[in-house]
Amino acid sequence: MSAHDTPQQIQHDAAEGLEQILHRKEPLKPKERMAIPMQKMPTQDPQIRRDNMQEVAMGYFPEQAKLESMRCLQCKTAPCVKGCPVGIDIPGFLAAAAEGDFQRSIGIIKQSSLLPQVCGRVCPQETQCQEHCTVGKSLKDVNQAVSIGRVERYVADWEREHGVQAPSVKAPTGKRVAVVGSGPASITVAADVRREGHEVTMFEAFHKPGGVLLYGIPEFRLPKAIVQKEVESLQAMGVEIKTNFVIGRTRKLLDLMKKDGYDAIFIGTGAGLPKFMNIEGENLVGVFSANEYLTRSNLMRAYDRERADTPIFKSKKVAVLGGGNVAMDSARTAVRLGADEVHLVYRRTEVEMPARVEEVAHAKEEGVIFHILENAKRIQGNEYGLVTGMECVRYELGEPDASGRRRPVEIPNSEFMIEVDTVIVAIGNESNPLIRQTTPGLDVNKWGNITVNDDGKTSLPGVFAGGDIVLGAATVILAMGEGRRAAASINQMLSTN
Amino acid sequence: MHKIILKKQLSADVYMLKVYAPLIAEERSPGQFIILQLDSDFGERIPLTIADADTEQGTITLIFQVVGKTTTRLAALNEGDAIANLVGPLGKPTHIEKFGHVVCVGGGIGVAPLHPIVQGMKKAGNRLTVIMGARNKELLILEDEMRALADELILCTDDGSYGRKGLVTAPLKELCEQTPPPDLAVAIGPPIMMKFCAETTRPYHVHTVVSLNTIMVDGTGMCGGCRVTVGDETKFVCVDGPEFDGHLVDFDNMMQRLKSYKTQEQEAPHPCKLNQQIENMNR
Ligand SMILES: Cc1cc2nc3c(=O)[nH]c(=O)nc-3n(C[C@H](O)[C@H](O)[C@H](O)COP(=O)(O)OP(=O)(O)OC[C@H]3O[C@@H](n4cnc5c(N)ncnc54)[C@H](O)[C@@H]3O)c2cc1C
Ligand code: SF4
Ligand code: FES
Repeated sequence: MSAHDTPQQIQHDAAEGLEQILHRKEPLKPKERMAIPMQKMPTQDPQIRRDNMQEVAMGYFPEQAKLESMRCLQCKTAPCVKGCPVGIDIPGFLAAAAEGDFQRSIGIIKQSSLLPQVCGRVCPQETQCQEHCTVGKSLKDVNQAVSIGRVERYVADWEREHGVQAPSVKAPTGKRVAVVGSGPASITVAADVRREGHEVTMFEAFHKPGGVLLYGIPEFRLPKAIVQKEVESLQAMGVEIKTNFVIGRTRKLLDLMKKDGYDAIFIGTGAGLPKFMNIEGENLVGVFSANEYLTRSNLMRAYDRERADTPIFKSKKVAVLGGGNVAMDSARTAVRLGADEVHLVYRRTEVEMPARVEEVAHAKEEGVIFHILENAKRIQGNEYGLVTGMECVRYELGEPDASGRRRPVEIPNSEFMIEVDTVIVAIGNESNPLIRQTTPGLDVNKWGNITVNDDGKTSLPGVFAGGDIVLGAATVILAMGEGRRAAASINQMLSTN
Repeated sequence: MHKIILKKQLSADVYMLKVYAPLIAEERSPGQFIILQLDSDFGERIPLTIADADTEQGTITLIFQVVGKTTTRLAALNEGDAIANLVGPLGKPTHIEKFGHVVCVGGGIGVAPLHPIVQGMKKAGNRLTVIMGARNKELLILEDEMRALADELILCTDDGSYGRKGLVTAPLKELCEQTPPPDLAVAIGPPIMMKFCAETTRPYHVHTVVSLNTIMVDGTGMCGGCRVTVGDETKFVCVDGPEFDGHLVDFDNMMQRLKSYKTQEQEAPHPCKLNQQIENMNR
């Protein structure tokens, strides 16, 4: 494990580096830009953060934000923009940040993205914009690309600290739109539709709005105060939020139009149906879906054992199954809740892990033990039904499949036991069937995801959908992009009739 | 916020609340439940069955036993006070039709969720035998309401202080032995009671519906914390249930899962949390 760079050291180095550059009269040449060292993210010391819920990545210092932005070569073709699901003008906002004009920089981002504070923190940049970055390509290491996401986060945080104005809202149109769910897709639709002067009501099943940003992604990765601010900004625009309201149960979807007079509906209910392994012992005491474990800790605040009424399992040895962000979040939450050992078991290799690279690195720094090319076969329990162990089996990478990825195959007779008292299943989510079961005529595909056309329209007139309920478990930025698209067609529909 | 319109104490530690919740009152059907939470930040979410509803007043009736922190706080609320969070109706409604002769068995506070089902079964034209059991006379609830609906009412107490002395399974067995046996049994109460009711009816092939009240968090199928083993399958009580075929439910696994936090809570600062988790098993 590499030694932890202290924030002080990082800031000191950046200040020195910036000083040298600012003394020059000539503009930087591409070579010189590429010679600027990539700015490391200041983080909490791993030994300390193991015991707290505070954000791990502390954000760039201003000197770093400028230096990192100066690494951008301002490519004419801007390959990074093609990697961005919402097409942010990346060289544009980096140029402004390099000049220290953070106001203009965030303004450029906000033309295309509504949630930069969130996306700067949770986007898988290394497989989006940064994957295509010329700097990373020239240095032959995607991890040396311009840290676009970190600068995005910096300017977004800068704006919050300097006061954000609620977007202006046009004169009332008398039209009413119901937005179901309150995750990133729904937040985006609510904002974009409200801006045009339509009345917007958001319906959320839980007692607090925010979707996965609130109940899934932990505080140490995305502070809840940020999500809260986004929600408050919607309220400031006049969006009405009804919590404790399950569409399909408290009210049927189409009754929102028939009985309550809404002119359009957006469904952004996410992918909230946890997948299990379907292996022996999965209903033993001590086996949890990642959704349950994370919801108890995040939304119900069970990590605050003194104050919260909701209990969370006290574990000594934990196994987490999966290799995505959800698995990393579960493993790292278990570390913080005091587990002595946390094992992460993943069937493929680290290269295939869908989790953000940074989260994988952070998990390792925090002591999570990685088991790659292994999978759970059976969970063992005692006479009280408590988990005592898990039987695993080893895998190897076999022949490439149709997609070109080498398929993991089980190695015969390679079974072995690991001793654990807790198993957290984080192998993905499917779409929750509640709305489709209670809404006749709403078309879904074979995975149960709602099908939409290019404008985000569903098979029912006036009903739109987007985010994970359409894409399957995906990402915040894609949910936001889908929200944008659906909002545009809702606005268009409402303006023409 | 949901205002408490009426509060009544039904027995030493059982209370009835009528709560203003017009949308839930309008949409609910027998068998469905709500989840409530008294404090949005640190409160826990507990499921309670909707015992009755009044669409004109816009109220739902909740009946609960004081066993833990949340129910203690709930019992301390008075008429005019409000419940911060209330969501529902959740779960699938009871399958109600004219079956013929239906036996409804309620144990302890399980009589409360049984009440709307008895109402529904009656309305559908069934002949109803209701068996109610409790530890003693003092703990029997809704006797008058049930008497008004049942064609035959059998009361049992463990200590013989009222009605027959003994468990509800004895009269249930007698009914199963009659020819013809009942067409359907519905049993709601503590898990151990439901388990033995299912065992009682099994040899007679009397289809037996039980209503499970497991640990829950969201109540919408998102967390899987409420899952139970039914036959060879895993089911989520909050969306696939709460009612299941009692002959297929793995009650032992369910009871172990209800106690998930028990051993852990014993060493914890708030031992009462355990009760909150299992309070609903006694409803
Ligand atoms: C633990 C975890 C970590 C993740 N990490 C990342 C990451 O690092 N980067 C990234 O890009 N993505 C990440 N994701 C994925 C990302 O969070 C989702 O893709 C995104 O939140 C989807 O947004 P959405 O708006 O479609 O739905 P959601 O955020 O899922 O919100 C849906 C909302 O709808 C509500 N709802 C559901 N049904 C109903 C109903 N019937 N009536 C009313 N309300 C209802 C739900 O309660 C929920 O609040 C992560 C996901 C999880 C679970
Ligand atoms: S690809 Fe990289 S260097 Fe080129 S414009 Fe985008 S961020 Fe700048
Ligand atoms: S309570 Fe969460 S899935 Fe049933």
